[in-house]
Amino acid sequence: MNRMRPSVETTLESDAIAVERTLAGDRDAFRVLVERHSRNVYRLAYRMTGNQQDAEEVVQEAFLRAYQKLSQFASRANFGTWVYRIAANYAIDRMRQRKSEDSNRQQPAKETEEGAEVDLMSTIPDGAPSPERLAQSGQLAVQMRLALSQLTPAERTAFVMRHWGGSGIEEIADALKSSTSAAKNTVFRSVQKLRKALEPFVERRGQARAMGTEL
Amino acid sequence: MKHPKEEELIAYHDGEAAGREGIAAHLGDCPECQAELARIDALLAALNTIPVPEPEEDYGQRVWQQISPRLPQRRAHWWDFLFSEPKTVPWLAPRRWVAAGGIAALVLAAFVAGRFSRSNGPSTPVAVDASKVRERILVMAVGEHLGRSEMVLVELANSGPENAGQKQVNISGEQRRAEDLLEENRLYRQTALEQGDSGLAEVLDELERVLLDVAHSPQQVTPVQLEGIRQRIEARSILFKVRVVGKELQQRSESGNAPATPSGSAKSERNKV
Repeated sequence: MNRMRPSVETTLESDAIAVERTLAGDRDAFRVLVERHSRNVYRLAYRMTGNQQDAEEVVQEAFLRAYQKLSQFASRANFGTWVYRIAANYAIDRMRQRKSEDSNRQQPAKETEEGAEVDLMSTIPDGAPSPERLAQSGQLAVQMRLALSQLTPAERTAFVMRHWGGSGIEEIADALKSSTSAAKNTVFRSVQKLRKALEPFVERRGQARAMGTEL
Repeated sequence: MKHPKEEELIAYHDGEAAGREGIAAHLGDCPECQAELARIDALLAALNTIPVPEPEEDYGQRVWQQISPRLPQRRAHWWDFLFSEPKTVPWLAPRRWVAAGGIAALVLAAFVAGRFSRSNGPSTPVAVDASKVRERILVMAVGEHLGRSEMVLVELANSGPENAGQKQVNISGEQRRAEDLLEENRLYRQTALEQGDSGLAEVLDELERVLLDVAHSPQQVTPVQLEGIRQRIEARSILFKVRVVGKELQQRSESGNAPATPSGSAKSERNKV
């Protein structure tokens, strides 16, 4: 029998055992949950905060909060989705805090052509230039990060959860603590803002590709 | 149908069901809306190319190391004093619950002491009560041990390469826990034998073989090796047996009755597998 990935059922079952044991006082059972879900939560946190340091802080805080609130977790729910939502919630707070710290220091959160978030650029793997690498090396990459950083924390959260996390509107509404119609609007607004900021660059790249001149 | 709004096209791109058929039909006849949808697709595809640094395989372990000292103990058990920091009793070496040995040795010692007290004279009601308490400690401790073993086995059943190209799977976490559980398992098995609970000793013996198998595997295994481990676990039906015995012990512990030998029904259920 070929089992490439664990089935959803066995993961949920194993998560449920770990939750139950943690609640019964076995603190080490929580380690299973942390080890299993950290990487996924990190990817979300990184996309939301845009930098490694904040992403790592979000991951840690999300699991600490999950541990504290574990008794509120419905045993038949999906722990992965639940901790993901806690992380999204905390990431919004973290981004708001960052924005207010930035404005207090009177440093506009603008990126230069070289990119203020150096770690984003430094993470591009070396080697033969893939189409993605070529895209990242161009102006479009800088513009994309700039456009994302100019979304409000709620918009960025909604966009990341919807388009990268595959979350449903109810889940996003829950993370934003808003109604579903407000969450829907926030998702729409985020895409609309990104379109406005980025479409000229995306179209330019499309034309360059068509002409074989993309760098 | 009039042109769908931008909001509706974005929702259509996201796969939302509401109004989907109408929009699809409109798109078939409207080059303008097709172009608009293509622009949305292109933008979102471009955003997908923003790289996210892939966390390392052991990232979860690192997070655990960072947060575990900050996690409060959820609930204190009345027997927690056995493995708390030995400020006043230095010979009680502190061992972590999962690090095995400590608690098992103490339970074993309690049993040995109990057997001595029983053989050195007529039983008094106090001695009988003490023996029952000791037996209940063992029942609870073995129950906890089986619960942790079950978790490791379920973890292994869940492990697997994330994609077809991945040649190695890291099972170091499960391996470490299996090592921790081994020593504890040996002590419980010996104690069960001494107490004449051959059914429990038998299951613990089978569990020991599986834990040994996992503990002696390489930290990185190929998908084929992992499948081999899984098949050996499945061949012994150990996960099922562990669950049955764990449940039985839990019932014993909750009812306060700790029979010296397993109940006939539970034994026959174990023997079915």
